[in-house]
Amino acid sequence: MSKFGSAIFNRLVIIIPYAWLTIFFLAPFFIVLRISLSETAIAMPPYLPVFNLADGISGLVDKLGELSVANYVFLAGDALYTNAYISSLKIAVISTIATLLIAYPIAYGMAKAPTTVRATLLMLVILPFWTSFLIRVYAWIAILKPEGLLNQLLLTLGVIDEPLIILNTNWAIYIGIVYSYLPFMVLPIYSSLEKMDHSLTEAALDLGCTPIRAFWRVTFPLSMPGVIAGCMLVFIPAVGEFVIPDLLGGSETLMIGKTLWNEFNANRDWPVSAAVATILLLILVVPIMFFQHAQAKADGEGR
Amino acid sequence: MVKWSRFNIASIVFGFAFLYLPIVLLVIFSFNESKLVTVWAGFSTKWYVQLLHNQALLDAAWVTVRVGLISATVATVLGTLAALAMTRYTRFRGRMLFSGMIYAPLVMPEVITGLSMLLLFVAIGFDRGFWTLTLAHITFTMCFVAVVVQSRLLSFDRSIEEAAMDLGATPVATFLQVTLPVIAPAVFSGWVLAFTLSLDDLVISNFTSGPGATTLPMKIYSQVRLGVTPEINAVCTILIGIVAMGVLIASVVSRRREVQRVKDEQAAFAL
Repeated sequence: MSKFGSAIFNRLVIIIPYAWLTIFFLAPFFIVLRISLSETAIAMPPYLPVFNLADGISGLVDKLGELSVANYVFLAGDALYTNAYISSLKIAVISTIATLLIAYPIAYGMAKAPTTVRATLLMLVILPFWTSFLIRVYAWIAILKPEGLLNQLLLTLGVIDEPLIILNTNWAIYIGIVYSYLPFMVLPIYSSLEKMDHSLTEAALDLGCTPIRAFWRVTFPLSMPGVIAGCMLVFIPAVGEFVIPDLLGGSETLMIGKTLWNEFNANRDWPVSAAVATILLLILVVPIMFFQHAQAKADGEGR
Repeated sequence: MVKWSRFNIASIVFGFAFLYLPIVLLVIFSFNESKLVTVWAGFSTKWYVQLLHNQALLDAAWVTVRVGLISATVATVLGTLAALAMTRYTRFRGRMLFSGMIYAPLVMPEVITGLSMLLLFVAIGFDRGFWTLTLAHITFTMCFVAVVVQSRLLSFDRSIEEAAMDLGATPVATFLQVTLPVIAPAVFSGWVLAFTLSLDDLVISNFTSGPGATTLPMKIYSQVRLGVTPEINAVCTILIGIVAMGVLIASVVSRRREVQRVKDEQAAFAL
């Protein structure tokens, strides 16, 4: 009985979450792919042909014949979509680099902080992550507006003579992404710096390295796993970001997450949005697998 | 030990100012007398009073809390099981795919997750509403729970489990009486994380919810599009307050547990 019970328990532990994720996370991608290959229709749901199990195998074969790549041809032919993909990638790359440049010194400072304050600092980095993403993005509108707090401050200080136009430009998007994703970059870098053996840096210094040289030759390479994890955690979601370009960006800002949202919500063109999502997923599949690999390796080392 | 230089301190101060200033300003201006959120006109709590009369907003808050409680609880069970599967059974068929399905949702752009889940619900003919919203929230938050619990399980001393098994406990009893009490703080913080993620979510909710199931972030979003108002600042301040309180409680609980654990261990060694 006990043997039997334990075998069932062991199986259930794997099967339950596995089945859940397969149904609700993996299977939907195939449906997206399927619908991206169908035609738009004025109906509810607004696409044709509908996948129908009742048709059986022969029905399925018939349906396969009706698959159309028209949506992809449409996407490729419309410069709006191509530009949106390119501009999303560009914005994501620039923001990721900017986040890295700001996060590294913070993580470095935290790792060098006295052990007594480290836990508090760590807590302070994690805390904003728990507050709503939407709220944190919203907070920047009042700051970046032409008559907003930043311009008021700069005008009072006499740094500028007329308000800077930041809101509704790409600058606002960069600020928004750096701000929202900063903790995701700080945490992995901090944890790899914290694990580092400080005697290595000391050895480099003892052997005559300048502190700067010791940093670039010893510390930075050793923190690479954290840097890579952080960059992936920022880059991948940033490519498909919707809230930030929508609230902080301008009408001329093109980002694919926003395009997809509009295609779906405003134009109600489901097949085209499914095609947009499929291509976005294909673009991100390599970085995602890279991230998963790095993450699994880091977990393996933690053993 | 390399010393904590002025540069280090400056970067931390600058970094934290950058992280916290926008939130602090938002909270301050929720108490502004004027309707403008950029000009200070005196202290007032009238925007909070106004909130109490905004029935649509209160309804949305109630939906959000219910979805959050249900989805966080189910996600915690599923996420804990997933974490066990990941750490205890290093070899099973499809493990690569499994770990992919755990990690991918952490970084997957929400527009993709939202759209794909919506299309699933439509394909199987499930009417969009409260339950589709809840199912979607369970799915994306369980992966965060799995990662949090997994990191605790990796540092878990398995010899105490083996001892329990040797003494005749069944795997289920071992899990409930030995493993679960040890990983409980991580499971609890996983729950809090799942709850706050569910509370926050806009994009996935917008795709997967239907008529009658408008969440607070959806409500806030539709108002934000019309402009910044102190009333939204007030809602946001309340949400920030709730989350800050939750995090505080979670950290106090886990610290107390940790102290207790160290004490227990010392007591065990003393025997």
